[in-house]
Amino acid sequence: MTTLRASRPPRTGIPVRTRGLAGWSGRGILAAVLIVFVLFFAIPIVWLLLAAGKNAHALLVDNAFSFGTLQDAVANWNQLFSFQGGAIVGWIGNSGLYAIGALLITLIVSVPAGYALALTEFRLRRPLLIVTLVVMLIPNTALVLPEFLELNLVGLIGNPLSVILPMSFFPFGVYLTYIYFSTSIPRDLLSAARIDGCSEISVFTKIALPLAAPVVALVAFFSFVQNWNNFFLPFVMLPSSSGYPVQVGLTTLLASTPAFNPTAAGSESVQLPTLALATIISVLPVLIMFLFSQRFLVSGMTAGGTKE
Amino acid sequence: MTVTVAPSDATAVADSGLPSRPRAATGRRKASSRSRIGYVFVSGYGVLMLGFGILPALYALLLAFTDADGGFAGFTNFAKVIGDYRFLPAVGHVAAYLVVWLVSLLVLVVLLALVVHAIKVRWLSTTLRFVFYLPGALAGASSVLLWLFVLDPSSSPVAPLLHAFGFSSFVQVIQPGHLPVIFAIIAFWTGAGGWIVIMYGALNNVSDETIEAARIDGANAAQIAISIQLPLLRKWIAYMGIMSLAAGTQLFVEPQLLSQASNAVVGNDYSLNQLAYIYAFTQNDFNGSAAISILLLIVALALSAVFVTRGGLFEKD
Repeated sequence: MTTLRASRPPRTGIPVRTRGLAGWSGRGILAAVLIVFVLFFAIPIVWLLLAAGKNAHALLVDNAFSFGTLQDAVANWNQLFSFQGGAIVGWIGNSGLYAIGALLITLIVSVPAGYALALTEFRLRRPLLIVTLVVMLIPNTALVLPEFLELNLVGLIGNPLSVILPMSFFPFGVYLTYIYFSTSIPRDLLSAARIDGCSEISVFTKIALPLAAPVVALVAFFSFVQNWNNFFLPFVMLPSSSGYPVQVGLTTLLASTPAFNPTAAGSESVQLPTLALATIISVLPVLIMFLFSQRFLVSGMTAGGTKE
Repeated sequence: MTVTVAPSDATAVADSGLPSRPRAATGRRKASSRSRIGYVFVSGYGVLMLGFGILPALYALLLAFTDADGGFAGFTNFAKVIGDYRFLPAVGHVAAYLVVWLVSLLVLVVLLALVVHAIKVRWLSTTLRFVFYLPGALAGASSVLLWLFVLDPSSSPVAPLLHAFGFSSFVQVIQPGHLPVIFAIIAFWTGAGGWIVIMYGALNNVSDETIEAARIDGANAAQIAISIQLPLLRKWIAYMGIMSLAAGTQLFVEPQLLSQASNAVVGNDYSLNQLAYIYAFTQNDFNGSAAISILLLIVALALSAVFVTRGGLFEKD
């Protein structure tokens, strides 16, 4: 195929509509497919955003895509934040503590580790790289029950460390920094510094570290998103509601919603729009990060997989 | 097809990115100091890997082969959990879900990536990818909760559609036979967008010249997709398939929340991870729980190891 490239026409910036799709009927089918999937992906999110502004009655009888009222939105907000004495504030705080605590430890250990794996030589380097790759590709839920059994043995269950420490072990972050340091740092720069008498520590702190800002941001993004959204680990490790992150707290709200749990009727019961509001709040930090990070996400997931 | 690369690539993987170092120029003293510093730099990560990767796995292994009093139990625990009346149904549930999900994921992600890539109007293509990818922000409990609403005909934004299928109540929607499809829809809604964006990126690596040449040779869009674009996506399709297969075996939060929300119409022992959870937390049988965890861990490790050593995705030029 590549031998035929001589006949390539000059590229223009104008979209050429007839290319790529075969005729009007083909385009019609493809457009229909696209519309179906756009609706599939968009409807639940749009509906969720609207639902949080309605009262329980309007949610059931009004048009699904009608707007609620500010009054109802405020009422839902008040119901959510008074639930179990403002439990959700504590849950959000816990989520922040766990996600950011683990993120900081991840950065502190991953950046030097990625640097060492990329630019120094020691006997355990290869085994460490292979284990990193293998563990990186297994789902993080696979180690949760073994970690529970281990931490139960040492009496850490219920302690914030029982989620922060396992989350801090983030092989993907080490892999990203390893890829970054082995492709983006000119080796001559490091050798020059050594010849000038820099110690190994100052080569790292004065040269490699200042250049690592992009990969630090990338690792921080992935670590935060994964930590914030983690459900199984805190679900298993933290028995008491006061220690829940918001993802696990949602199950408590769900259990108090009569529509999904008929035994929950009572003064502390949660209406559907309030549950919708809680769902929005539970993902808000990640949603905001996602709005600005598509390029980020792709560059991370494809790291090392594409040939430059 | 992607796993036909020679097994010796394991070495290539581990050595990738390694610069050829002028050993002779570096004195032995300097080399050993740099080796020491290497250990210092990886020490924090090494401790975490030991504490939360290797030791838990070894401890679970130990528990799986001992009884409650710590005596050696051979394969008794494994025989017990596999013989449990809930085990094979759970395997069946997870397998059914995996089939539905993987097939739809492979077919639809590739199709949507090709279609979006064929759109030459830039803002439209960007917007589409954004809409597909945004639900990825709702993971775990949040997306399941959202789908509880969508699947409940009384509140659902697609209630007419549910009624058209003959569903008038939530309980009718979540009949056991429907669950593999429901879980697949939730997982697809959350996860497919990221993969579509990735496949789209991979398609951008196909040079315009190649496509143009094929078109001049008389190939139509479908032929170009099948004979040029698909082979170039092969590695990514394999990557997606294996990662999704491994993640799918871990099914937990979806059936757990659905069980809670359905007043146990869906059992709390639907998936293998739920069963392992019940063994640990309801039956206080840590040895049985460890045995199931080890079985799941072996599957995950095997998939991952096959991919690392033979997939060739992590090679770098």
